Amino acid sequence: MFWLVRGSDLFLFLHLLGLFCFAYIVARRLAPLLRAQRDFRFDRPLARLGRLLQFWLAQWRHPRYRFAGALHILIFAGFLLLASRAFAVLAMGISDRFAGHPGGLYDAVRDYASTVVFLCMGIAIVRRLAFAPARYGRRSADAIFLLALIGILMAADGIFEGSHAAFHARQGTTAELFPPLSLPWAFELAFSSAPLAALVNLHLGAYLTHEVTFFFLLCYRPFGIQFHVETSLFSIYFAKLDRGTVKPVRWGVADEQLDAVPSFGVKKIEDFTWKHLLDFYSCADCGRCADQCPANAVGRPLSPRALTIKTRDYLFRHYPVFSPSSDGVPLAGGLYSEDEIWSCTTCGACEAECPLLVEYIDKIVDLRRGLVDDGKAPKPLHKPLKSLESRGNPFGKMEKKRADWAQGAVKILNGGGGADTLYFVDSITSYDDRIQSIGRATARILDSLGEEFGILGAKERDSGHDVRRFGEEMLFQALRGHNTEAIRSSGARRIVTADPHAYNALKHDYRDMPPVEHVSEVVARAVRTSKIRLNAVENGVYSYHDPCYLGRHNGIYDDPRDVLDSIPGLRRVEMKRCRDRSFCCGGGGLALFYEAKEEQRMGVRRVRMAADAGSSVIVTACPFCMVNIEDAIKVAGLEGQMTAIDLAELVDRQMVKAS
Amino acid sequence: MEILVCIKRVPDTSENEIQIDGSGTDIARDDLVYSVNEPDNYAVEEALQIVARTGGNVTVVTVGGEEDEEILRREMAMGATRGVMISDDSFQGSDGRGIAAILKAFVQTGHYDLILTGVQADDGSAQVGGMLAALLDYPFASLVTSIEVLEGRKLKIGREIEGGSREINAIDLPCVLSIQTGINEPRYVGMRGIRQVASVPIPTLGAADLGVEPELVGAIAAKVKRTGYFVPPAGKGAEILAGSREEVVNKLMDLLKAKGGLN
Repeated sequence: MFWLVRGSDLFLFLHLLGLFCFAYIVARRLAPLLRAQRDFRFDRPLARLGRLLQFWLAQWRHPRYRFAGALHILIFAGFLLLASRAFAVLAMGISDRFAGHPGGLYDAVRDYASTVVFLCMGIAIVRRLAFAPARYGRRSADAIFLLALIGILMAADGIFEGSHAAFHARQGTTAELFPPLSLPWAFELAFSSAPLAALVNLHLGAYLTHEVTFFFLLCYRPFGIQFHVETSLFSIYFAKLDRGTVKPVRWGVADEQLDAVPSFGVKKIEDFTWKHLLDFYSCADCGRCADQCPANAVGRPLSPRALTIKTRDYLFRHYPVFSPSSDGVPLAGGLYSEDEIWSCTTCGACEAECPLLVEYIDKIVDLRRGLVDDGKAPKPLHKPLKSLESRGNPFGKMEKKRADWAQGAVKILNGGGGADTLYFVDSITSYDDRIQSIGRATARILDSLGEEFGILGAKERDSGHDVRRFGEEMLFQALRGHNTEAIRSSGARRIVTADPHAYNALKHDYRDMPPVEHVSEVVARAVRTSKIRLNAVENGVYSYHDPCYLGRHNGIYDDPRDVLDSIPGLRRVEMKRCRDRSFCCGGGGLALFYEAKEEQRMGVRRVRMAADAGSSVIVTACPFCMVNIEDAIKVAGLEGQMTAIDLAELVDRQMVKAS
Repeated sequence: MEILVCIKRVPDTSENEIQIDGSGTDIARDDLVYSVNEPDNYAVEEALQIVARTGGNVTVVTVGGEEDEEILRREMAMGATRGVMISDDSFQGSDGRGIAAILKAFVQTGHYDLILTGVQADDGSAQVGGMLAALLDYPFASLVTSIEVLEGRKLKIGREIEGGSREINAIDLPCVLSIQTGINEPRYVGMRGIRQVASVPIPTLGAADLGVEPELVGAIAAKVKRTGYFVPPAGKGAEILAGSREEVVNKLMDLLKAKGGLN
């Protein structure tokens, strides 16, 4: 490598220039993060490390999209193996001392790694050009450019090695032995009859190309989707650990001090937390979130991917690399339409899919908090919200009628050694005449299990689950305060509910509650211990629809299925979208009152999926799913062919009653 | 522009089951929830939008008692600059003219360019606005659905007239307008807004503070007295559908189709 030494000063200069540019660009990219809101992400290092190993190193979610995932895993593994190689090649430019000794196992591995990455780039480019999945949209040019750059990097390295070996082979000195079919091997073969001078030039040219491409790529990445190469490590390490929760209005501000906070939610870009801004940088624009998003699927004006990408572009505009930063201008109504922000049902499909653990629900909730704070809650929600404030339910029904559904058959707890178990009913089951049947079924199940249980009756208020998720935090806190008081004074030592939204609220939004269970957990346990025996069903093909707040947000997938499978003669089929890919029925709580612009109802799409699976009965375990799915069966014109039943209703119907 | 909006607290019809009490001259008021009369809320929103364009202040005022303070706070949370409570034992039982006389006395304690009322109260007779204008000798327009501020202390206002048409008028300030719902989209007032104005003092003014003539107010002066309430009996041609929700909906659909309401 004698002739490289002459260039060593030049290469050292290029290295330093490249590194300086990269450092400057990254520093500029960090600027908005430093002005963003606080976010406590420095706790539980072991849990975070575990997730880093799972989702970053082991690429856990990538195979969910089989082909793209496999490709990504190969490229990612290649990059990891080549990282040290890249630095070694750079070091060689400065001094021969870094040339190392060829022929080791690592060399063979990285020769293959670069070959595999090179081939993957080719496949990825062809795929983007000819077989691009719809989820990529039309943003292919940038991606192809980046893929091509990586391909060039790999090829340059191969030519650098191959020409060097060919040069030595021609001179009769010991040449490196490349593993067969690797890039350097192929290039050595190709160059075997090239003139010596050409080989020297090739070698130098390849090095220069590698050098320039490497630093160009390094400095270009922070301008687009490739930035995730650097940021994903941090995004995943700092990712949200507690599912089912919603971020506080401001991290580090206790609920009691919220009145002193001048502004709620996100109104300008700096109102996002630094982690949320980091998410915008980390998004690789793969479109998996939008592909799974039910709002996007039915033509609502929301796509999680578009939300992220346009916010990232907005960040780039307001915090440019080469000119001074400008303050963020208002987001809602400009960058995002209000309908877009209200279109989300917080089902969590996007978050369950994102390989980089980008968060969406907290951002949407924060944007809603900003709108609500500015008096911009959608008109159809004004009445329900006002009723929740004055009557504790969104329907404006009288408090004293809250226990009417039970028809006097359920004890009302008022403290002083009433019952161990509290059945938390929540508003829709208390007041909706169709859904009340789920309440009565739940009560009969608890009764047959010999549970000592009761309800809060008129003292119960709406759990406020979706009040919080629709951005009305103070109203949620008022409801929570009231219920907390009522639950504590009831003396109950455990809570059971049949409403996954109430379940999630009591479990994650409330504090210091007795243990909470969904009725499906109670029934599954009773079935396993034979405390409940179920009669056979005659006919029908059953599909279980996972409610978002039971499944995705709380991981309860198997209990309801186990209950169904314990019914003799019941034939159960899975819909294409099930478990953590379940397709939201349209949303619960206040979502029932908000009519987004859409081409089709989510529920209609969902019942069609059930029909496609060949099922005639949809079993769900959530009152809101029942409302949406029963409506959808009618809208889809499937009445008579398909029915919906709640798991509690089904168990109640099939229970072998003691006589 | 200094704008005064007169508001009233009424039982919220969407959240109550209204029943007549034993006396037959009032509704049963246990378990009722109240809110700002809806057209009044539109009037406040309109006032806020006008001062946002032209500058000035919005004052909200109500005649009532302690329990009516909540609606003043709600409108202050919406953005009204100040709230004023007018309360006096001698005002009890006033009719529309009495309330107008009380408001007239209040208006004369300040300098208001524009006075807005809701077109009518849910439990009222749509008379206070007009009477207030007459007592003040101000111009008055009712059923206003748009307001534009013109040069030279004038307003261009749109009014809803029969058949859904609108007429446009010019009106001199100061004036009184009664505001029709739909003129705007009132903003949402959240818990947080109400909490933030929870400790803002609201002055309470009585008959002596305002110099109200006692012979015009109170039950004794009232020339209109409510003598009864009744629920209209099901008349001929009125049919109450019975059955489950499904059955009722099906019957209704059949009827609508049969009568040509649906094709």
